[in-house]
Amino acid sequence: MPKVEAPVEKWRGRVQEVRLGGDGRKQVTVGGESTLPFLHFDGEIPHRPVIAAEVLDMPPADWAENVVSAWGDALKSPAAWAKKAAQLGADLIFLRLASAHPEQGNTSGAQAAKTVSQVMEATDLPLIVVGPDVAEKDNEVIVAVAEAARGQRLALGTVTDKNYRTIVATAMAGGHAVVAQAPMDMNLSKQLNILCCDVGLPKDSLVMDPTTGALGYGMEYALSVFERLRLAALQGDAMTAMPILCHAGYESWRQKEAKAVEGVPVSWGDQKVRSLLWEQMTALTLLQSGAEIMVLRHPRSMDVVRGVIDRLMARQGPVS
Amino acid sequence: MALTAIEIYKYLPKTNCKDCGFPTCLAFAMKLAQKGAELSACKHVSEEAKSALEAASRPPIRLVTIGKDGRKVEVGNEVAMFRHEKTFYHQPGLLLRVKDSAAPDKVAQEMAAVASYKVERVGMQLSWNGLAIQNDGGDKAAFLAAVKLAQAHPELALVLMSDDPDTMAAALGDPAVAGRLPLIYAATEANWQKMAALAKQHKCPLAVRAGGLDALATLTEQVAAAGIEDIVVDPGARDFGDSLNALTQIRRLALKKSFRPLGYPVITFPGEKASSQEEEVLLATQHIARYAGVIVLDHFSPAMAYPLLTERLNIYTDPQKPLQMQAGVYPFGKPDPASPLLVTTNFSLTYFSVSSEIESSGFPTWLMVVDTEGQSVLTSWASGKFDAEKISKAAKNFKVEEKIGHRSLVIPGAVAVLRGELEGEFPEWKIMVGPREAVGIGPFLKQNWAR
Ligand code: B12
Ligand code: SF4
Repeated sequence: MPKVEAPVEKWRGRVQEVRLGGDGRKQVTVGGESTLPFLHFDGEIPHRPVIAAEVLDMPPADWAENVVSAWGDALKSPAAWAKKAAQLGADLIFLRLASAHPEQGNTSGAQAAKTVSQVMEATDLPLIVVGPDVAEKDNEVIVAVAEAARGQRLALGTVTDKNYRTIVATAMAGGHAVVAQAPMDMNLSKQLNILCCDVGLPKDSLVMDPTTGALGYGMEYALSVFERLRLAALQGDAMTAMPILCHAGYESWRQKEAKAVEGVPVSWGDQKVRSLLWEQMTALTLLQSGAEIMVLRHPRSMDVVRGVIDRLMARQGPVS
Repeated sequence: MALTAIEIYKYLPKTNCKDCGFPTCLAFAMKLAQKGAELSACKHVSEEAKSALEAASRPPIRLVTIGKDGRKVEVGNEVAMFRHEKTFYHQPGLLLRVKDSAAPDKVAQEMAAVASYKVERVGMQLSWNGLAIQNDGGDKAAFLAAVKLAQAHPELALVLMSDDPDTMAAALGDPAVAGRLPLIYAATEANWQKMAALAKQHKCPLAVRAGGLDALATLTEQVAAAGIEDIVVDPGARDFGDSLNALTQIRRLALKKSFRPLGYPVITFPGEKASSQEEEVLLATQHIARYAGVIVLDHFSPAMAYPLLTERLNIYTDPQKPLQMQAGVYPFGKPDPASPLLVTTNFSLTYFSVSSEIESSGFPTWLMVVDTEGQSVLTSWASGKFDAEKISKAAKNFKVEEKIGHRSLVIPGAVAVLRGELEGEFPEWKIMVGPREAVGIGPFLKQNWAR
């Protein structure tokens, strides 16, 4: 008889499965776990966490030089960018319709539909498409996108408590899913899930964005919110059981630690190394707290983080 | 694990003699459970009961100290699986491993790099804890030479790594080395009697290594029976998956099952299976968040040290109480009544992001810090703790109008919407919207205050 009885947690609940893509496109399913992240000995992990490449519909204005040079000319067109991301092994494309922002060009719904069609031509990966985070414009562009991509099962966003009806109704009509964002609070995430489901959205069409903080900028709060949501889900609360999306790329790369090349202490070290670690460490910490869809910016980070996910998914024999 | 009054009561004499100053043994037990009394107040408990009580009230994970002063590592005594349940208290030690097979001048250089590294974050000085010196080729003289090099940095915590007890004994033979209370790495099935004897003789903590939890628990019991209390365990797991697995199970066994043989801090070596330096750093990241006590890396550079120290700071902050500053008006670079006045919140991270930019701009500046209960600009704005009323109250409290000759106030760009409200509260003031990110503060000051 073994000396050490390895303690196993049996959970009642399970993370909701959500499928994206399909109808001729690749499909990706996330969720379904009956255990905490990567703890294979407690339960099942039917689907590995996935990596989404962040793509903008316009060349980014203020991105760090080392991200810009890593993507090169692809940044000039969202279709080329998405195609390159697919070649680099992304599981999904996270397309941000930044140009629809009233101060960034105020492009129209028709333009958004065109962009999304071009991106869908260029790659068969499933898409997450979000607006510029300005309520009316989000509604305008997302309605047009949902129509153009009917049947392709995108995830549309960003749904918030102030702005959920239109996008949710549009998603339901077009057979899409949504991304619902609440500010750093597990109860607010749960409430928003309830609001969305109350208007008829099926539970398997909802991905949560509980808000991300980068390493050094609120990451530990995000970690605890993710963990508490996941624990509640495993304890059987279906309204906290949606898969989690995490913006490690966006949040890390806007911090000075990732961007600044000069005018910083020598003890910060080489920006090229530091910036990538900032993104990758934020990603790994939050993957281990429950994120299923990790949105990243730098190609190298996508590569490294995927390698680590591989190693965490390789089933380990019992230690004892 | 804290004992309940009833559990304690079982061990007391139950004579109600009142010598302890309490009317009954039960009353005394209740006080003990609340930590309001000391067991020594009862002169009648048997030795047996005393040691049973002490054993039962020991923390589930032993607190172990490596090193003496300076950057000693104090780890263990954790009480939670998840940081939101309580707090993670004892930050894991971060150490660099040097090998005695490497060229001595290179080893000396690496040691000096670790020793001299300092970085400031949120007003704290962060540094690397120490060195692990590995007896790589099995050559005793080379090991002694490398250990000697480390004597140039007495403030660093040390791990001595050799499976050969004679080599270990020789290194510890130097009282200056043993006096630093290094961690002896490691006792194994093959050598544990001799290693335990060394640990006992020099009063040093001892690492115990075995493949798998069964073998590990067997070995720690033997070592503990030999009188060693300060133990650090190494379950031999080296990859992402197996170490997450092993460290989670060790933590669970200690906290949930009060399983003493594994109730010790864990030592990890993230560099051994890593296929790139990034992977090494990421595995160390996992170890910080998931239950390691001592983390021995194989590389060191500022660009990896700074993010790892930040990760450790994040994971080990109190989730209930954000780090915060005292509210007030802070002067930078001898400002006069004509110098610019900026306003921010008292969340440490916010304050230091802003203050470091003001400092590096070189502009004499006033910074008014409003008490927002330690919340960031947008968090406190969204929760009503940083609005026009709070800001104007603070300005009155700190008598800003007496210090400052001009009447303009710079607010963070993220809360540009406050401008209108503030103009209502401060009719004679000019409200200026500053940049969104603190990095813009230098250029902003230059543009608006250059004379
Ligand atoms: C961590 C965090 C929390 C933590 C709190 C951390 C803390 N101690 O403040 C917790 C989890 C507790 C929290 C709670 C809430 N949060 Co919150 N939180 C965050 C998060 C992830 C990071 C905030 C942070 O630490 N930033 C870092 C600091 C340094 O930034 P900063 O203070 O803004 O300072 C920068 C600049 O403003 C500038 N600056 C600062 N001062 C000055 C001064 C001048 C003159 C100038 C020029 C510049 C300048 O310099 C700094 C560096 O550039 C953000 C989202 C995000 N990813 O950013 C949401 C966020 C701030 N939270 C938000 C909300 C709504 C809340 C809640 C109200 C939700 C709720 N209802 O429960 C609560 C409020 C708390 C409460 N109930 O009392 C929203 C705010 C939305 C909005 N735009 O109004 C955000 C933006 C999330 C979102 N996208 O919705 N939150
Ligand atoms: S001194 Fe000891 S035996 Fe006497 S009442 Fe107190 S606890 Fe009981």
